[in-house]
Parts: sequence; C-alpha cells; structure tokens
Amino acid sequence: MTTATAIVPGLTMERRSTFWLRFSRNRSGVIAAAYLVLLTAVAFGAPLIAPYDPLEQTLAAINQQPSAAHWLGTDDIGRDILSRMMYGARVSLIAGVASVGLSLLIALPLGLVSGYVKGPLDTVIMRFADAVQTLPALVLALTISAVLGPGLRNATIALAVVFLPTFLRLIRGQVLAVREETYIEASRSIGTPTFDIIRHRVLHNIASPLIVQAAVTMGFALLAEAALSFLGLGVQPPSPSWGRMLSSSYTYVYTAGWQIFIPGVAIALTVLALNVLADALRDSLGREIRTS
Amino acid sequence: MSDETLVKVQGLQKHFPVRSGLFGRVTAQVRAVDGVDFEIHRGETLGLVGESGSGKSTTGRAVLRLIEPSAGSVHFDGVDILSLDSGALRRTRARMQMIFQDPYSSLDPQATVADSVGEPLRVHRGLRGRARDDAVVELLETVGLQARHLRRFPYEFSGGQRQRICIARALAPSPDLLVCDEPVSALDVSIQAQVINLLEDIQQEFGIALLFISHDLAVVRHISDRIAVMYLGRIVEIGEAEQVYTQPRHPYTEALLSAIPVPDPVVQRRRDRIVLDGDIPSPLAPPPGCRFHTRCPYAMDVCREVDPPMIPMAGGGVACHLHDRGPRLHGRSVLEIEPRSRAAEPVHANVKP
Repeated sequence: MTTATAIVPGLTMERRSTFWLRFSRNRSGVIAAAYLVLLTAVAFGAPLIAPYDPLEQTLAAINQQPSAAHWLGTDDIGRDILSRMMYGARVSLIAGVASVGLSLLIALPLGLVSGYVKGPLDTVIMRFADAVQTLPALVLALTISAVLGPGLRNATIALAVVFLPTFLRLIRGQVLAVREETYIEASRSIGTPTFDIIRHRVLHNIASPLIVQAAVTMGFALLAEAALSFLGLGVQPPSPSWGRMLSSSYTYVYTAGWQIFIPGVAIALTVLALNVLADALRDSLGREIRTS
Repeated sequence: MSDETLVKVQGLQKHFPVRSGLFGRVTAQVRAVDGVDFEIHRGETLGLVGESGSGKSTTGRAVLRLIEPSAGSVHFDGVDILSLDSGALRRTRARMQMIFQDPYSSLDPQATVADSVGEPLRVHRGLRGRARDDAVVELLETVGLQARHLRRFPYEFSGGQRQRICIARALAPSPDLLVCDEPVSALDVSIQAQVINLLEDIQQEFGIALLFISHDLAVVRHISDRIAVMYLGRIVEIGEAEQVYTQPRHPYTEALLSAIPVPDPVVQRRRDRIVLDGDIPSPLAPPPGCRFHTRCPYAMDVCREVDPPMIPMAGGGVACHLHDRGPRLHGRSVLEIEPRSRAAEPVHANVKP
C-alpha cells in the first residue's frame, strides 16, 4: 500500500504545515514571535547572562546614566538596571502566562458545560460572570490582592479572577454557535458520547478565537501586573519587576528621567508583540484556506 | 427484500412550543409532525416526499431520536427506542445512521477524513491508529474514494466527494437503517445521479433499509420501493412506488406529480398541469377537517369539517374523503376524475362509476 508511510497515528501533518506556512508569511507576526522567544530566553537565562547581581547595591554609584559598565545605568540605590530588567522579565512573563493559564483552566470546563449543556447550570455560571464583570477590572484585582496579601502568586490569582468572565463568555458564545452545527448532530447520530463530542468536535472548533484572546489577554496581564506592582501589591521589594521598577523610577523622573523609559518601553514593546502575535495567529489559524 | 419489519412508527408527533413574553409562556405549538404512522421493512427503501415545511426532516430526525418526539412510538427491530436510556440509545445508534442534506456543514472542518469516517469505528468498535485507518480506507474505497484522501480536510473536497465521505461515515458501524435527509439536494445535478447510484449500490450490497427523504418525486421514484407523501405533518398517501407515481390516490400526490417537468417540450406544453394556489398553511394552525382542503381542487363540504382517516389499501393507504365519502374512488387513482371538471364544476357528476 502506497500510503503506509503516510499513516502516522494521531498526527495530522497537514493541519500543522498549513498553519506554519501561513504564519511564516506574516512578517510582523514572525518578528513579534521572535521578540517574545528572545525575551523568554533572556528572562530565564538571566542568572547566566546578567552582568550584575540584581540585588547588589553600590551606593557610591546611584542614578548613573547608561555607560559601558552599566549599559542601562543604575537605579536609586546603585543596582544595575539591565540586570534588574532581565530578572524582572521573568516576573512579567510568569504573571502573564500563569494568570491567563489559570483563568483558562477554570473557564474552559465551565464555559464548555455552560454552552453545550445549557440549563440551570448555565444560568448560575453566567450570572456569576455578570457579577464579576460589574466591578472595574483593576479595582477588583486590587481588592483581591489586598485581601489575599501582596505577592506575585496572589497578584496572579487576582488577575485570573478578573479575566474569568471574558474567557467564560467567549467560550460559551463559541460553543453555542458550534453546537448547532450539523457535524455536531452528525456526531450525536453516530452515537458518540457527549464528553467525546465536546473534546473532539467542539474544542477543536473553538480553539482559534480562544488562542487569540489568550494572547491579547497576556498583554493586558503584563500591564495589570505592572500596575499592581506599581501600587505595591505585586512583587515585593527587593525582587525586581517591571512594574516595580516603573514605580521606583517615577520618584526620580526629574533627576534621572531616562530610568522610567526603560521598563516603560519594555512593557509597551511586549504588549505590542503579544497583540501583533495574536493578530498573526488569528489570520493563520483559520479553518479554511483563505485565498488572497 | 424481506417482509420483516425493521422500523415501526406509530402516532409520531413533534410539536415545537412557541414561547413569548417575559416569562417565556408557551403561546402556541408548531405541529411539525402531527400523527405519522409507517413501517420500514428490512432492506427496503421508503421514500418520504412533501414540500418544504411538511415535516419530512423532523420525521426523519424523530425516528433516530435526534429530537425527542412529543408523542407516539418508534420501534426499531422490536425495541422501543423512545424508552432507551442514553447509553442504550448510543449503542443502538450504531445500527441506524443518518446522511444529512448539506455535505459542507455535516463534516467537522477541523477533522481529517480519517478522523470523521473513523469516529463511529472509534466509538463503537474501539478501533484506533492503524486498525482504524485500514478500516477507513476500506470504507473510502467502497464509496469511490481512495486511501490518499485519508489525511485530507473537508475543504479540499467537492460537494459530491464530501457526500461520499458522509456516506462512508454512515456505513462505518454497519447499520441496518440509513436515514437520508435530502442527500442530493445540495449537489449539482450532474453529481446527484452518481450519489443516488452509489446509495442504491450500497443498499443492494449491504441490504440496508433506507428512509429516503426528498422533495423531488423523480429521484424518490427511482430509488424507492414504497413512497409516503407528507403534507403539513401528516402522511396523506403511502403505497408502492409505481402505484403512487402512476396511479396516485391523493389529490396532493397528483399535484406533486404534475409539477414534475416532462423532458419533451411538446408533451410538456400540452400537459394539463395542476397548479396549487397559495402556500402550505401554517403548521401553527392547521386547517380544520382535511388539512389539504384549502388547496384541493376537489374539496367537498365534508373535507372542511372531518379529518379524513388513513384508509388502508393494497400496498399502503390514503387519507382522503374521495375514497370513503363523496365520489367514491375506493382506492382508484384520482387521475380517473375527468380533467375538464377539475376547476369549477362539482366533481360528483364526472367520476366514472
């Protein structure tokens, strides 16, 4: 049989290759992805590549402008800003990925059940989502962080709760549309168990808007973590975080004005990269071939 | 074809509630299917015809319990499928499969052919990996596709090919009954014949019973052993395909037949066609008496008051007062009523004794 070599159980080569083909043609998407990969590498390789210890204070050299010794200068107590940025990237990325991941972990099963099974459970879940959404996002995050206590972990949990209604609504809405498709009825007519239908048919067909939303939300999580740290509810000193660095440099905006731009530009660039990546994913993940 | 009954449908009803107002009170019922009885024998093809909104598709779905009937019973191979719990129903579904009208929406766009056609094999026979793929290839070859199509996605196929994939998927669990809901209506005319022939070949090869739903009498005549004609949620006539086609007993069947164009312009121009006035009445409020009396060229007083019962006859039956009251046709075809008399004059005088 000629197809013997082509049959690889469980692997759908075509789906992947079409995606990569389309994604690789999107130049800004590729640049954004490359930036994020580089950032991740720097964040987790920080102990190896950072020129200084991020906590080491050199009180003889505070608020120094960028120089050969300190590429991005030093902060108010003489710590190397480049090293702190590298370590701080880790906090920002973890906060983004973990809060979105945690939120999805909760929203996915609830949204799938809510949209597919409907009934009273749907009403309960959606009223909960309504209730959470009545509060402004940042106020809610602040309240939860304040109750749980400051720290990266609690800030992440707070953000996950804030993102929950958005994900729930998106998933439920997508499921409501997909469940009416004839191929779902076809699966029912085959006798496929409901759980199986949700896992194989529904999940695959709601994946692309979800991935895009996750990328966009990660950008927002980055900003929110910075805001929480800025307000003193995120990462605690002396650990570096971009939001934290923004808040401390803001005190010296008249004496060492360049400092505030370093975490600021990094946050802006990363959020931009995540949004561009989300756009590129949306264009590449389509279910049908787009002829353009 | 044996005479053994595979499916027995009795008094089947499906009413859809119409809700309105703040609290969603049920204010009306759409009587999509309103008391349908029929049987399908093993290996037989029963054609179900009728215009849009007559309840054909709803009947097909209710037979498979894809929608819950409001009343009535459906026996499949002696088992009342309406009494089955969800697990038993799922296992029974292996033996009754469905082919949908739209081959574009009935395949998961994100799933390969192997995945779609393999779904019943995975669910009912636990086949995975190579074993599943081998079985899928065999099915694909049965419907005229090849092994090289295994890893392709639906968008890579034409409508006819997709319907072949759907047929392969329906055949996968070796069903005894195949409900085909307008399986060729969405296809190009040139492809329709191929798919119809494929269904016929498959039926002969595997001895599957078909419930073939269509609004196209010509297609149905070609493939069916018996034909049931639906109007507004009821079966108005049922009988052997040839009899229904050449000797229709119900005025509605006659009207449907006269709508089929004859492939000869001379004959076509001379034909005395019956054009029904208006649209099918709303199933929200079916007319009293005979449901067809508002559009029937032979309507009598009794038709406006008394709902005609199904009168059993050789090979089937008909629900029409022409056969039990008024001009007694006693099962003879409505074609025997003189064509001239159809319009204005009362029909009584013109019926041959």
